[in-house]
Amino acid sequence: MTDTTQPAVSIRDVVRHFGRFAALRGITADFAPGRLYVLLGENGAGKSTLLRIIAGLLAPSRGTVSVLGSEDIRSVATRFGYMGHAPLLYDEMSALENLEYFAALYGINDRVRCEEAIRTVGLDPALQRRVGQYSQGMRQRISLARAIVHGPELLFLDEPFSNVDVRSAKQMTTLLAHMREQGTTIFVVTHQAALMEPVADECIVLDAGRLVAREQGIPARLLTPYLAAERAALQSTAVRTEALPADLEAKP
Amino acid sequence: MTSAPTIWAITRRSLVKDLRLEWRSKDAINSMLFFALLVVVIFSFGFDPTAEESRKIAGGLLWVAILFATVVALNQTWTRELRNQVLDAYRLSPAPPQALFLAKTIGNFIFVSVLEVLMVPLFVVFYNLRSVGPWWQLLVVALLATWALVVNGTFFAALSIRTRSREIMLPLILFPISIPALLAMVDATTSILTGDNSPIFWIRLLSVYDLVFTAVSLILFEPVLNAE
Repeated sequence: MTDTTQPAVSIRDVVRHFGRFAALRGITADFAPGRLYVLLGENGAGKSTLLRIIAGLLAPSRGTVSVLGSEDIRSVATRFGYMGHAPLLYDEMSALENLEYFAALYGINDRVRCEEAIRTVGLDPALQRRVGQYSQGMRQRISLARAIVHGPELLFLDEPFSNVDVRSAKQMTTLLAHMREQGTTIFVVTHQAALMEPVADECIVLDAGRLVAREQGIPARLLTPYLAAERAALQSTAVRTEALPADLEAKP
Repeated sequence: MTSAPTIWAITRRSLVKDLRLEWRSKDAINSMLFFALLVVVIFSFGFDPTAEESRKIAGGLLWVAILFATVVALNQTWTRELRNQVLDAYRLSPAPPQALFLAKTIGNFIFVSVLEVLMVPLFVVFYNLRSVGPWWQLLVVALLATWALVVNGTFFAALSIRTRSREIMLPLILFPISIPALLAMVDATTSILTGDNSPIFWIRLLSVYDLVFTAVSLILFEPVLNAE
């Protein structure tokens, strides 16, 4: 179980260089457990780099990261899940085959649990098609299923809604809200802030590798710059699927 | 809450996964077979040896052909782990890195063994070969030599996956380090085919080489997997 007295993630003066380029410039923050955090910022602001460092996929050039009370991130690997930009799935295998393999890496040999994870993201586990033949949106959802199949206490999602249609994105948001209610700490990097607005507890804004703002929920003044582009993108999708959700339609 | 899985369970799972992927894509086997077949045919046009000369050069030709074909398979081994960044999913998990290395090495051992089973009869036909020494010694040499090629190859292929020109880089680092093993496998094979000398020294050398490089690769694989 997550210890509610200590931060789920604690970051101290984290700097990350790629050659001479500083992707992160001294980030310090604590994140309480059981909350849903949304990371916002322009492309290149350092959001994905920060998420990869917290998940242990990248080492910081300087500074320390503590996840679930441990600086040895590998020792808590069973307790968090990560969904990246890429789907992290084998194209030549079906969704169920992929999930069975990745669940086994966590010591889980339970087909029913894998099927349940696939159903949770709104797909049919009996689908025999290989992942390479899935649409991008379906891959994203299977990727989410892979990230949650072992029941993590902490979840990192990097652009989970890219190429996902409005209805599916809303389903994913509802699932994330439900997981947060169950006590899961969730970090979401996204450019579709409006989708996360109803469920976000806090938003973290990065700019040029620095943490420049931290607010409760997603305030309208932070939401506005994203809305024009997002609304246009959602509308073009909605033409093919359904009308815009009412809450988005009402926004400026 | 889950517990960390054992190295053997993950090795078995990863091996089954790799065999399944190869069965469906045929990436490694097809390219290896085609390449090896070309080498055998070209060599047979290049030389017209007598039966006695064939016995002397066949060991070298066979293992050079297998070495070149193995490199083709080794390049495929990690390429499929880079597609969709699947390797990140393994690195995030609590599964032991050594399990992935063992699964890849055993998988490559199976692929190269299949290649040898198909190629050796071709060599026998093209070069009119007949072993003077006991055939079971050839089997021992084949097993040890194949392991020597794939254990090194799998490790160095992992080392070169993040380099820009990895297909060139792999032979550049693999061939020099394989020279002692190549020497042992060629001399052992030639000794058995001609019956002139005992292959025991070369078999022992191959055994030691296998042990040393398996141990070193297992120890060093974790930092190689997590290198940025």
